[in-house]
Amino acid sequence: MTTRRTPLYDWHVSKKARLVPFGGWDMPVQYAGIIAEHQAVRTAAGLFDISHMGRLDLRGPDALALIQKLFTNDAAKMKVGQVKYGLVCKANGGILDDVLVYRFADTWQMVVNASNREKVVAWLADQQGPLTVTVTDHTLETAMVAVQGPTALAACAGLFPADPAGLKYYHALTTTYRGRPAVVSRTGYTGEDGLEITVDQDLAVALADDVGGRGIVPCVLGARDTLRLEAAMPLYGHELNETVTPIQAGLAWAVKFDKGDFVGRAALEDSAELVGKQMERVGLELDGKRAAREHSKILAGGMPMGVVTSGSYAPTLGKSIAMGYVAPRLAYPGAELAVDIRGEPTPAKVVELPFYKRSK
Amino acid sequence: MDKSRLLYLPSHEWAAIEGNVATVGITAYAVDQLTDVTHLQLPAVGKAVTAGKPFGEIESVKAVFDLNAPVSGVVAEVNAAVQNDPSLINVDSYGAGWMIKIEMAADTPTGHLLDLAAYEKQLAEAH
Repeated sequence: MTTRRTPLYDWHVSKKARLVPFGGWDMPVQYAGIIAEHQAVRTAAGLFDISHMGRLDLRGPDALALIQKLFTNDAAKMKVGQVKYGLVCKANGGILDDVLVYRFADTWQMVVNASNREKVVAWLADQQGPLTVTVTDHTLETAMVAVQGPTALAACAGLFPADPAGLKYYHALTTTYRGRPAVVSRTGYTGEDGLEITVDQDLAVALADDVGGRGIVPCVLGARDTLRLEAAMPLYGHELNETVTPIQAGLAWAVKFDKGDFVGRAALEDSAELVGKQMERVGLELDGKRAAREHSKILAGGMPMGVVTSGSYAPTLGKSIAMGYVAPRLAYPGAELAVDIRGEPTPAKVVELPFYKRSK
Repeated sequence: MDKSRLLYLPSHEWAAIEGNVATVGITAYAVDQLTDVTHLQLPAVGKAVTAGKPFGEIESVKAVFDLNAPVSGVVAEVNAAVQNDPSLINVDSYGAGWMIKIEMAADTPTGHLLDLAAYEKQLAEAH
């Protein structure tokens, strides 16, 4: 399969990044080193190319109706400039994708996972029926970067006519960058404060240089993964897939049964009834520094009782952490389990999520 | 360590052979591929190791790999410093980042090991 290159591909190469295929795109996995980049985001700020994320525009009189039909959270309650996280589910409650929905004055935006972009576009078309709405995929003509960390907002001051420092968390504004339309949102996937910025693709390098010139270090997906793991944010293809429901994934807060009907609603109500009877997502802290990896078995009394979906050495915490799914009777903080790391049962304890929470 | 005097396994371990003792570490290329080393599992002194077979494992943020013994023999010494602080491997994989010393019996074969030119040729071909 051929991979796509983001508008920042040459910029990454010029900065000596190592690039690997990810979600159909060539993405950088390392600059200075994952741990150094991770710490930069926790203590200062880092810049991520997230152009591979899908950016869909939904426009027309029924745009809200289509979103309400397919999105588990309640978009009707959103104010202009607000952003909401939620799931797109199949009729059986399985998760097709986890997405952010943005409400603007005359249009809606959905940011979807790179690996699910084509699937979600097809799903929107399939479910549209008689609704009057035009879905446009702007992914390829735009670029998106995330600036994340405690100094991110201060470092971005003056980049846009509108000051993003005035944005509340999970809010977005439409502004301009170098005279051209830009979207800036106070969102992210690192557990830190920060911004995500969308500009036309031919302005991507200028934006990366502008942000980089303000002392913000370029970071890669490797660091984004350890950062989001510490923050216990689920990753599609790991914690989330078409065989688990948002309820099992611990995302019931993003499912609103009082909003009216939506695809998957009946199955999710059933899943909510089954809490305590179905596998649940948990966080694990392991003894020692060996990392549990995806697909490692989670053991209780030597018997397999679950499976790891993500695991890594956690640079901020200095320990080995993991997320996974376990049988419900073991899904309580303090449960003493083990993870089979290459044949060796390694003691692991269920802990409260998130592993890391920034101080306000 | 003078890289031109070391011998190599295709799996990126180096051996410095002096008399009947082989000092073992991993190459700069392997370190670059691994990224930040977070954990190192090394055998105890006295453990028998076999050429081309795993003697331990090395783990980075992203992945875990076997460490293979360049030669057969018995572990005579383990670098406690690198075991306590695996980041020494990122800093100096040919010096402070050495891992174990293997004591070899007389006539232990070493002919399967690559010299620097052959190892670098293999790296070039892999790209």
